[in-house]
Amino acid sequence: MVTNVTTITSFGRSGLYDWMIQRATAVVLLVYTLFILGYVFFNPDMDYLQWRALFDQTWVRVFSLLALLSVGAHAWIGLWSVSTDYIKPTGPRFLFQVICGTAMFAFLVWGVQVLWGL
Amino acid sequence: MLFAFDLSLESQQGFDAVVDMFENSFFAKLITWGLVSCLLYHLFAGVKHLIMDCGYCEELESGTLAAKVTLGAGVAAVILSGVWVW
Repeated sequence: MVTNVTTITSFGRSGLYDWMIQRATAVVLLVYTLFILGYVFFNPDMDYLQWRALFDQTWVRVFSLLALLSVGAHAWIGLWSVSTDYIKPTGPRFLFQVICGTAMFAFLVWGVQVLWGL
Repeated sequence: MLFAFDLSLESQQGFDAVVDMFENSFFAKLITWGLVSCLLYHLFAGVKHLIMDCGYCEELESGTLAAKVTLGAGVAAVILSGVWVW
């Protein structure tokens, strides 16, 4: 049952919005994963200059930022559904969500720093 | 993985350190293999969900087949990424 505490911790205003964002971010991450895994797979002996040059291109940085934000939204919605399914008592569930949120924030800031702090 | 990414872009030494880590550190290989396998399985299952969202594979037979294909792809991913990493 979705109580007010559950609703305010969800990502979007409605379940349908979450459902859509989940799919949208999934497609972004699908393309990004194939891009990166493909690049590393087909460039086994790439050197630092080539790897650095890849991420010096603005479109790769923007795409990586989009993927990073997508991971945040995708993971939040996913973990929110998991936590509301399995952690029934409000206190521990909220603690779990705060921990996930903080970790996500840390990864996001760290990721942006890597992409633009170079 | 973010740590390796950060280190690899930082400098030539960082990049070499990451390459060395992926080639020689058992721990790094295990994490990478596990992570890539989980990601690929999640990815295949996700694609299956996207397909189901479009209205396909919703009957018993097609659904079971889709599930088996996903599992098969997952197993293949574990083996292939294992070969790639080790």
